[in-house]
Amino acid sequence: MKNMISMRDLSKKDILHLMEIAAKIEDGEIVPDLKGRLAALLFFEPSTRTMFSFDTAVKRMNGSTIIMSGTKNTSSKKGETFADTLQTIAQYSDIIIMRTPVEGAARYASEIVNIPVVNAGDGANQHPTQALLDLYSIMKTQGTLEGLKVGLAGDLRFGRTVHSLAQALSLFGVQFKFISPSFLQMPEYIKDDLEARKIKFTELDDIEGNIDDLDILYVTRIQKERFADPEDYENLKGSYILKKSMLDNVKTNFKVMHPLPRVDEINTDVDDTKYAYYFPQAKNGVFTRQALIAILLGEV
Amino acid sequence: MNEIKQIKVNAIKNGTVIDHIKAGTGLKVINILKLKQSDVIMLGINLKSNKIGKKDILKIENRELTHDEVNIIALIAPNATLTIINNYEVTQKQSLMMPKIIKELIVCPNPKCITNLESITSRFELTEEKTGTIRCGYCEKKYQVDDVSIKI
Repeated sequence: MKNMISMRDLSKKDILHLMEIAAKIEDGEIVPDLKGRLAALLFFEPSTRTMFSFDTAVKRMNGSTIIMSGTKNTSSKKGETFADTLQTIAQYSDIIIMRTPVEGAARYASEIVNIPVVNAGDGANQHPTQALLDLYSIMKTQGTLEGLKVGLAGDLRFGRTVHSLAQALSLFGVQFKFISPSFLQMPEYIKDDLEARKIKFTELDDIEGNIDDLDILYVTRIQKERFADPEDYENLKGSYILKKSMLDNVKTNFKVMHPLPRVDEINTDVDDTKYAYYFPQAKNGVFTRQALIAILLGEV
Repeated sequence: MNEIKQIKVNAIKNGTVIDHIKAGTGLKVINILKLKQSDVIMLGINLKSNKIGKKDILKIENRELTHDEVNIIALIAPNATLTIINNYEVTQKQSLMMPKIIKELIVCPNPKCITNLESITSRFELTEEKTGTIRCGYCEKKYQVDDVSIKI
């Protein structure tokens, strides 16, 4: 593995290897040492949460970071091309971790620099490390990725997280329930990919009554701005809010996940149940990113 | 019908015949080849074809296609047959197939794609030949060949 650009590039074997390394790092069985190595965190589009997670991952392994957040005071404002910016930064650092609103920018970066590139989000396209940490969280809580029943709820149309996750889980024979308003359903091209892999899925429009047979419910936020009529949002949003009262008959291994930040789609009364897993999930992001960076830098 | 076709093909002394063009696509091929008013061309539209049901056929006198032009036609008229005629003889005949990787020729319709913002050669991968579905090698969006702009 030379770069991490898209989940599409990863085989089942690659994913399982990365999960294994992440688990060993978490258990302290492997302690990668990045002393003297420097990661450039280029966040052309600010994202505090993801940036901190990567920064933490590098520093937990004794590496150091240089950080760019936003483009306000950068040379790109002076007209420097993206390619020149990247090639210059590549002279200083051992790995580039980048987020941009430009789709395909990370792929392009990986073609022009000779150090590893990690895509930390390129517009609406890919955010592979989010999918990897989600997979790691599922693996940790369920002991396997094979043959699970997974519900994806909320905005399934615009959420790149659920797209990457659905594609990744399809390698493991997962069955899906897609729970969303009709106009925020999973896009056809994702459903086509799943059908091509003979993955079973159903499309539903209410969380309540549809989660008792699930192993995982992955909730995402529905943005009010997606609705043309605010009244429609008010009428519909109740169907996509998870409450403690809905958890009476769920399976004992059931877990609720969320990429965060949460607004009101998971009621806070769920937080205290044994099913809530969204904060440990964020912590898992650090182990997953540690594993990825260590693999890309040849330290494991 | 075969007789008419025979006459048309035989009528060309030097040039190119593109046969088995998907019906309704012939005019697009003419546009792509930037044929001029002074060029001698013959276009048959919606002719009966045993191979594909209905077809268009295009005959261009005194013109051989460049490698790039052949690639573009392979995109918009996959399965067409290209015949080069020299002095009334068929000197070359090939069936066109949609290329698996398409470099440079297609403009990605996604305005947020890096290929539209930096000076980069576009790259598409053919993901489903039957439907003409292609995927951008950068932004990963999928499109139908019929819906994208082709650089001429």
